[in-house]
Amino acid sequence: MSALLEANLVSKHYGNFTALNKVSISVPKGSIFGLLGPNGAGKTTLIRIINQITMPDEGEVHLDGQILRSEHIRDIGYLPEERGLYKSMKVGEQALYLAQLKGMTKAEAKSRLEYWFKKFEIQDWWGKKIQELSKGQAQKIQFIVTVLHQPKLLIFDEPFSGFDPINANQIKDEIHQLREEGATVIFSTHRMESVEELCDHIALIHKSNKVLDGPLLDIKREFKSNSFEVGLVTEQADTVLKQIEERFKVLPAQFKSLNDDLKLVVKSHEAVNPNEVLSFLTSKAQVNHFVEVVPSANDIFIQTIENH
Amino acid sequence: MNHLPLIIKREYMTKVRNKSFIIMTFVSPLIMIALISVVAYLTQLNNDKKRTISILDQSGLFTNVFQNTDNTTYSFLQEVNLEEAKTIINESGGYGLMHIGPIPEGQAVPQIFKFYSEDSPSLTVISSLENTIERELQEVKLLQDGLDIDRINATRTSIDIVQESYEGEQSSKIDNVLKLAFGGIAGYLLFMFIIIYGNMIMRSVIEEKTSRIIEVIISSVKPIQLMMGKIIGTSLAGVTQFAIWAVLGAVLLILVSAIFGVDMAQVNTPQQQMVMESMQNQNADQMAVNIINAINNLPLTNLVVAFMFFFIGGYLLYSSIYAAIGAAVDNETDTQQFMLPILMPLILAVYVGVFTVIEDPHGTVSTVFSFIPLTSPVVMLMRIPFGVPIWQQLLSLVLLIGTFSITVWFAAKIYRVGILMFGKKPTYKELFKWLKY
Repeated sequence: MSALLEANLVSKHYGNFTALNKVSISVPKGSIFGLLGPNGAGKTTLIRIINQITMPDEGEVHLDGQILRSEHIRDIGYLPEERGLYKSMKVGEQALYLAQLKGMTKAEAKSRLEYWFKKFEIQDWWGKKIQELSKGQAQKIQFIVTVLHQPKLLIFDEPFSGFDPINANQIKDEIHQLREEGATVIFSTHRMESVEELCDHIALIHKSNKVLDGPLLDIKREFKSNSFEVGLVTEQADTVLKQIEERFKVLPAQFKSLNDDLKLVVKSHEAVNPNEVLSFLTSKAQVNHFVEVVPSANDIFIQTIENH
Repeated sequence: MNHLPLIIKREYMTKVRNKSFIIMTFVSPLIMIALISVVAYLTQLNNDKKRTISILDQSGLFTNVFQNTDNTTYSFLQEVNLEEAKTIINESGGYGLMHIGPIPEGQAVPQIFKFYSEDSPSLTVISSLENTIERELQEVKLLQDGLDIDRINATRTSIDIVQESYEGEQSSKIDNVLKLAFGGIAGYLLFMFIIIYGNMIMRSVIEEKTSRIIEVIISSVKPIQLMMGKIIGTSLAGVTQFAIWAVLGAVLLILVSAIFGVDMAQVNTPQQQMVMESMQNQNADQMAVNIINAINNLPLTNLVVAFMFFFIGGYLLYSSIYAAIGAAVDNETDTQQFMLPILMPLILAVYVGVFTVIEDPHGTVSTVFSFIPLTSPVVMLMRIPFGVPIWQQLLSLVLLIGTFSITVWFAAKIYRVGILMFGKKPTYKELFKWLKY
């Protein structure tokens, strides 16, 4: 899979403050790429550089193998975190204006808008002013405007904020569909559950540096902690617990079960074959529950940030 | 990609369709005309008020001098002394009592004229009384000296010194009045335009920041394009508004005068009357001819061309600063600290224009200020009717355009950084830092 967007050692300084320090990312074509990081890490700066809103001090960005130029603006659709629309302008006019700024002709924009308005069943909003819409409704317009010109690269910064769960799902489905139609998506968020659901690649930026990147599954494998969630049934709980603690690190666990179980997270100190753990446990008690603990994006996020 | 026309169109349409803009455009001429009409009407009412002025003449010289006019009736008191007269007038409610005492022997200008009234009398009444008395006293004295008044009157002449430059350009007193009017109107127009529409640009930049649309927009267009589009669009809206005001104002003025019979030209202040009096030697026809001649004498082509260039240059210079300020702050209340540096040169320019250019259009102060870019548009526009050498105009214009380019560059930098800065009020130090980003 070749990369649609590549940033090479991009740095940006504001006075003495370094917003980005030699950050490189590579966004594969057709992927949903999660750009993660705590507040103030430099995500927005990187996104703005990709959008040519700010220029990097060092490094360069390639889109589709070419150095980023102003013509590429029409290949990118950007939904910023700080977003809004002209409040006293009518929905239709505004959407047409923003589409034309992206280089579409008026007629083109109009027919594409009709398609989306129909899809979202919001045709009657056309003549309304933005200030007459609710926040979620305005967000929908904003989403449409972002994807309207069918860009190769879509950049969403916290796209779900302001949406109720139903609308958030609708948007999620749209993002999936856009990807199937060939778009590549960069997705920046703090909400790790949506990272799990959407992203197949991630990069983590912390204090202006990239600290982690790669396919989400690979990263999860890297972060697996050799931990297993187990539920045991035994008469002599104390003795069994002691025996397990001699070999493994043991933590209490929470999960639902039918029996009055001994619920534990059993963590091996080094890499271990799950079969070994399981056979050890079966020799001590009846095993009702045995699951390898897969690190969540959330765990990976917190763990990486804490280690730096 | 050039989106400038698109941005200009949007800015223009949004401004023009804005409700408060429409109301301002159509209601303010109405309000202005209404105000002028009320003032005119009241002045007329005031002039129409009948006054009775009693005269107690103990000198015996002024018996037939005071002629009744439409508004003023003179009544002569006889066989009463001053104290009695005062009581009578006070009780009868007349406008006032003009007392002329007996003329003492051997005094050049007798201090025998006194006016008694309940409220202080109006300036015009006093000056008309003084005029009448002076004329009569003069004639009496001339008679005493044995001179023939008719012959003296016959020698009265009226001259108007023709002023001519070495190149042969002629001008006269009326010319100067007209030049002042042209220059003043041009300078004042620019001043008003900058204040009104500069603010409008600033507000529209702030609106884009507070509505958070700015980042969406500048992911599509360059900030400088957005800024220039805003400035040009808003200016066009401004020109539209001014044009409507001019047309509407003229039409309404004519309508109101026709309907209510209020003659606007009669709205005279005492000062205006004095000016009129000093000109009254000339008859009306000759005056009209003089005015037409004077307009022809003005460097009209130069005036129009220079007006366009200096107006546009000055306006763009200031409005780019306004745009930068709008970009630097989050809300309108924060703009105060940055407004002073804009308003100072502007007000200075108008003061220099009003006080110095009138006095000495080509003096050092006027000349210097007509070169300094922030004041030059206003001051130069006021100077040009008096004839400014082309090289001076060009030099001033070059300086203006140079400064404008630098300012736009700086403004664009502040604009570019500022529109993405939220939540804090920047200091001058921070603004300076932004220039280096």
